[in-house]
Amino acid sequence: MLSQSNCHETRGGGQEMTVIMDTGNRIGAKAAVMAKPQVVAAYPITPQTTMVEAIAEYVANGEYKGEYICVESEHSAMSACIGASAAGSRTFTATSSHGLLLMHEMLHWAALARLPVVMCNINRVIGPGWNIWVDENDSISQRDTGWIQFYCSSNQEIFDTVIQAFKLAEHEKIVLPVMVNLNAFILSHTSMPAEIPEQSVVDNFLGKYIPKWKLDVDNPTTFGNIIGPPYYYKVRHAMQEAQYNAKRLIPQIAKEWKKLSGQYHGDLLEYYKCEGAEHILLSMGAIGAESKIAIDNLQKAGHKIGLARVRVIRPFPTEDIRKLGKQADLIVIDRNISVGLEGALFNEIKAALYGETDAKVYGYIAGLGGKDVTYKDIETMCRKALKGTMKEQEWYGLEG
Amino acid sequence: MVWTGGMKDMALKDFPVDECLLQGNASCPGCPATIGLRLVLKALGRKTIMVVPACCTAVIESLYPTTSFDVPVMNIAFEAAAAGASGVEAALRQQGRTDITVAAWAGDGGTYDIGLQALSGALERGTNFIYICYNNQIYSNTGIQRSGATPYAAWTTTTVGGKTEFRKEMGEIVLAHHIPYVAQTCISYPEDVYNKILKAKSIKGPKYIEILAPCPPGWRFSMDKTVEMGRLAIETGAWALWECENDVMTFQGKSKLLLEKKVERKPVEEWIKYQGRFSHLFKPEKDLMKIKTIENHIDETWERYRNCYLHTGTKKENEFVH
Repeated sequence: MLSQSNCHETRGGGQEMTVIMDTGNRIGAKAAVMAKPQVVAAYPITPQTTMVEAIAEYVANGEYKGEYICVESEHSAMSACIGASAAGSRTFTATSSHGLLLMHEMLHWAALARLPVVMCNINRVIGPGWNIWVDENDSISQRDTGWIQFYCSSNQEIFDTVIQAFKLAEHEKIVLPVMVNLNAFILSHTSMPAEIPEQSVVDNFLGKYIPKWKLDVDNPTTFGNIIGPPYYYKVRHAMQEAQYNAKRLIPQIAKEWKKLSGQYHGDLLEYYKCEGAEHILLSMGAIGAESKIAIDNLQKAGHKIGLARVRVIRPFPTEDIRKLGKQADLIVIDRNISVGLEGALFNEIKAALYGETDAKVYGYIAGLGGKDVTYKDIETMCRKALKGTMKEQEWYGLEG
Repeated sequence: MVWTGGMKDMALKDFPVDECLLQGNASCPGCPATIGLRLVLKALGRKTIMVVPACCTAVIESLYPTTSFDVPVMNIAFEAAAAGASGVEAALRQQGRTDITVAAWAGDGGTYDIGLQALSGALERGTNFIYICYNNQIYSNTGIQRSGATPYAAWTTTTVGGKTEFRKEMGEIVLAHHIPYVAQTCISYPEDVYNKILKAKSIKGPKYIEILAPCPPGWRFSMDKTVEMGRLAIETGAWALWECENDVMTFQGKSKLLLEKKVERKPVEEWIKYQGRFSHLFKPEKDLMKIKTIENHIDETWERYRNCYLHTGTKKENEFVH
């Protein structure tokens, strides 16, 4: 079964929505197929497998009419996507953890070649030892590849972000690959309801992919040959400009999609009860969703604390972070570690605030290796920071 | 169904005059890769997309924003030619452009070594493309290091005393994939190269062609001897011209005569004595042991060819192939 239709709803604008109850992986696959990529190339890895299996089912039942290349490695998955995209096709793949790391060279390649490949990455721990649970070190270690990176906190957000990712990647002011991250098992294998619009809504939103350039026998061009320092320098600068354009276009595209589908999950950040907050918690992914419950409880207890869930880390939302830093002291939870330094988000938030504010910034490492992080844990972390007894950076829950 | 049995071989004088590899490119004098590229592009024609991994050809393409190719070229990472070509081919199929040939063009390092996995995957998946390996038996673009294609006893910058292992038989590794067409050729036989590429172009599915490309700076011989070095490789049996169409193996030219023992092969010394990479076998004194080892290995290879292919390789005339 591809999906379980539970009910139909009618949205403003007369569009009929179908509510399906399914896992993050299968809802991601649904979104990918509804975006109608001409080529999907993928290699299985736990816990991404059910996503590529779902696409294979869509091939079998005729719902997906594009090419589905079952490659022999993730390196080849990304290479095939690069070839397909360079030849002018909308292209999708999915991976996780070691698969993403094996792609590393080709992640740089796709971005430098300015190919709008869209990929789901299921955030999973890196070995050794073998561990298939969630942390975000896999995608965090790909921050410098030039890819735009989203982090989702619900299955609905996975669906909407995958659709928006194609729009963003292919936008003429962007033309960069986009990675949509979702946490292993907490999202990938957990069923939640998601509203799915009619195919025509997606078709109208995305339109047909018309590449700015492609491999074309009628206009023979050599892509990626030897390039001297002055031109290469410009290539890098153009990538940076495209990433900066994304800061403007991500909110614009999110609002456009909201109009059509009714779904909205925030811009670069999602703000939750930040009004009047003297402390603001920043977190990503599933911890970002769990944080909302913690914030509710802390507010009930009289604390002036809000939440800013970081949806996008590339481009980094520097300006939004600065606004927060001018309003409140910040508490950051990282489910990743730049070993020898600190949590990546903590580090980058401090860099964004440098010289702009004297806000205090506290950083927690939590949940590495898939260790559970519940709203109670988040409350405990926040309370310690609120009390002022927390060191600048701490590892939460090392004991036990 | 593709008619192949009756295909008429094209003579040198009848080759198209159209050139898709342009003059003034950045290759070394005497470069065998450019000889091969000219022939290959003449056979493939302008409805071709090339996929090129890291190799000398990335240099031959010349410096951005110029190019020496008059067909579209996608450069890709060292190990990724076959996988990248798979993507291009899938995209073209979706676009209904079945009139375009996708050709990966990679060196021996990118084929025998780092690109072997992606190549095997693409062959197994039935990718409709031609994978062409121009084999100069070294990593030449990086400055003459050993590869899986480097022959026994050859000097390279990473086998300073001469390579201690034999090269692998890449063609036979590809044969194990049982794809529709596999061939070995050499730049010194332009008609053989041209006609094999032309035949590959007419067949659907994965095709693999390996072209021996004697490299003057890499093998340490004079730049006017490129073609001669290729011919001597064939005449001494150090390389063979063969093709395997739907598992039917045939040898061509002097290699055919050698297989059938209608000629004696020249002693390998006739080939290696011109190449500086083997000069340590001749001075300060002749290393008879190592030269004999090379000779024996060639003999063993041909004995194996005879055992495996001599009696199975009788191709029927006017054969229809699926």
